[in-house]
Amino acid sequence: MSTAAKKMNSAQAINLALHDAMALDESVVVLGEDIADREGGGVFKCTAGLSTKFGTGRVKSTPIAEQAIVGAAVGGALAGLRPVAEIMLMNFTTVAMDQIVNHAAKLRFMTGGQTHVPLVIRTTTGAGFGTGGQHADYLEAWFAHTAGLKVVAPATPADAYGLMLSCIFDDDPCIFIENLPLYFVPGEAPEPGVRVPIGKARIVQEGSDITLISYSKTLHDVIGVAKELAKEGIAAEVIDLRTISPLDMDTILASARKTGRVVVAHEAQVDFGVGAEISARLHKELFGQLKAPVARVGAARSPVPFSKPLEAAFVPTRERILAAIRETLN
Amino acid sequence: MSETQQPSKAVLLDIYRIATLIKRADDRFIELIKAGQIASPYYSPRGQELIPAAISVNLKASDYVVTTYRGIHDQLAKGIPLKPFVAELLGRATGTCKGKGGPMHVTHVASGLPVTTGIVGAGLPIANGLAWASQLKGTDQVTVVNFGDGASNIGAFHEALNLAAVWKLPVLFVCQNNGYAEHTKYEYGTGAATIADRAIGYGIPGVEVDGNDAVAMWQAASAAVARARAGEGPTLLEANTFRFRGHLMGDDSHYIAKDEMAAAIAADPLPRFRAWLIAQGHASDGQLSDIEATNAAAFEEAVEYALASPYPDVSELAKDVVAEGAQA
Repeated sequence: MSTAAKKMNSAQAINLALHDAMALDESVVVLGEDIADREGGGVFKCTAGLSTKFGTGRVKSTPIAEQAIVGAAVGGALAGLRPVAEIMLMNFTTVAMDQIVNHAAKLRFMTGGQTHVPLVIRTTTGAGFGTGGQHADYLEAWFAHTAGLKVVAPATPADAYGLMLSCIFDDDPCIFIENLPLYFVPGEAPEPGVRVPIGKARIVQEGSDITLISYSKTLHDVIGVAKELAKEGIAAEVIDLRTISPLDMDTILASARKTGRVVVAHEAQVDFGVGAEISARLHKELFGQLKAPVARVGAARSPVPFSKPLEAAFVPTRERILAAIRETLN
Repeated sequence: MSETQQPSKAVLLDIYRIATLIKRADDRFIELIKAGQIASPYYSPRGQELIPAAISVNLKASDYVVTTYRGIHDQLAKGIPLKPFVAELLGRATGTCKGKGGPMHVTHVASGLPVTTGIVGAGLPIANGLAWASQLKGTDQVTVVNFGDGASNIGAFHEALNLAAVWKLPVLFVCQNNGYAEHTKYEYGTGAATIADRAIGYGIPGVEVDGNDAVAMWQAASAAVARARAGEGPTLLEANTFRFRGHLMGDDSHYIAKDEMAAAIAADPLPRFRAWLIAQGHASDGQLSDIEATNAAAFEEAVEYALASPYPDVSELAKDVVAEGAQA
């Protein structure tokens, strides 16, 4: 069986990337709640084996104290480490926003370039497991709104691996958004050591009729919808952003120029979201050339609900994505 | 270290030199603002000079000091070079941060001053990270993080002390307790009888000291620095002091009773320390005047340098947001 044919899920890919980065560079350190093997190697096992292999000096379980976690990562980064901080769930980043937004993002600028903060904040999220209102939000727009932060959201195990390596060895703070349901979905295994560049989208499939832009878990729904469209003879171009900030506008614009129709779909709220930013940029650059307004599909304008039928309706369903596509095509 | 250990004459004179340099800087900066030569928010440390002066003589160049928007005393004590320091206060391109930090955020990495935060309490968790790096690398560096009494009521304080205790980090948590959190008197905002008492909750030493007494302050700081350097873990040091010039320049301290303020000013630690040095035979009046004159001349040279320096070019807005060459 060749390497390329091997399968791996995203949790395993992230684990492998952390192993590879720590083996490559001893300044790479990992911290977070329950991440060491004594505590189980992380609640989702993404850090399993690291403390056994690299020691509890470089792989540190922490108290439940997100400000202390991100603060220690910021200080470590200032002193020459490359910390990877796990904030177990994206909603918990709210507890550490001061350290992320006021410090990690700004210290390079505020010190006039004397310092920089090469850290990664790994965090997972996403509806689907009935975790309700405070464990499943997609908050990427908040971070993308802040100058000085990079925001990535891989959709496949290979991209999770390659982007993790890029983020760890990037000299600026990166918010690394993982998706909880995707942890368990197998995909093509990454090539060892191959980094996926930050700021580069991937064209999943080419097409000339409409451009579908997505990332993270919603990408898989968009791909499913694109397959349905193909049966009707509609050729959709599907773009996986992979990085939210900085946006790969070259890829987005080239595709939008070709198709003239764009739908953006993500699991985050629609209002003031990533889709709004892409839409604004497209309308500025291609005003008069677009054949239809850019459409956006996202979560319902509500907190993430618990009850199964509500949760199923909350996320951008294939039906809603398809409806937005049909409206854009007509 | 024994309680009775005394600082040498050379150390005492160095403390005096640093403390009076801080006072000179504070006086002149306020004059410049009042004269309209600078427009800037400013948080004066007048009255608190002896604390960083007595700590800094125990530190190495490679040690870290983290401080706050009320931080010029901590920066000067750590040895920040005067010309780029004043230029930063004035927002000039020749400042330590190219004018992008300003009086609330002066940093100078080469002097061991990597973080000066404008967010109350935020320096403490970051200090842990600096100390963690030192611990991992096996250096004997110590990290000192300064904050006020008000910061002991924010969550970051508690998270940071707990983590430092669990990880046994080489950190000195220095609470410069000036009795007021912005405009709120200590007892109206803080439940604990002393800040030092709060150390009990984290299983680390909590030491209360008169921050206006150079010798006591030096003794407490040298013990805590030695403990951190030896790998024995963090200390919470509460240095009691007073803030003479309000929270923010322009604040008339109306919330401080007149007799309380008058008593504090009458007990100004700097003239007291000066008289004590002379009375103890450590220095003559003339020697101390020479130190003051040398400080004043050096600071004036820095002011002239800063005033003659250009402002940063607006192109700086696009620089240092992310690494050069990377897309922001």
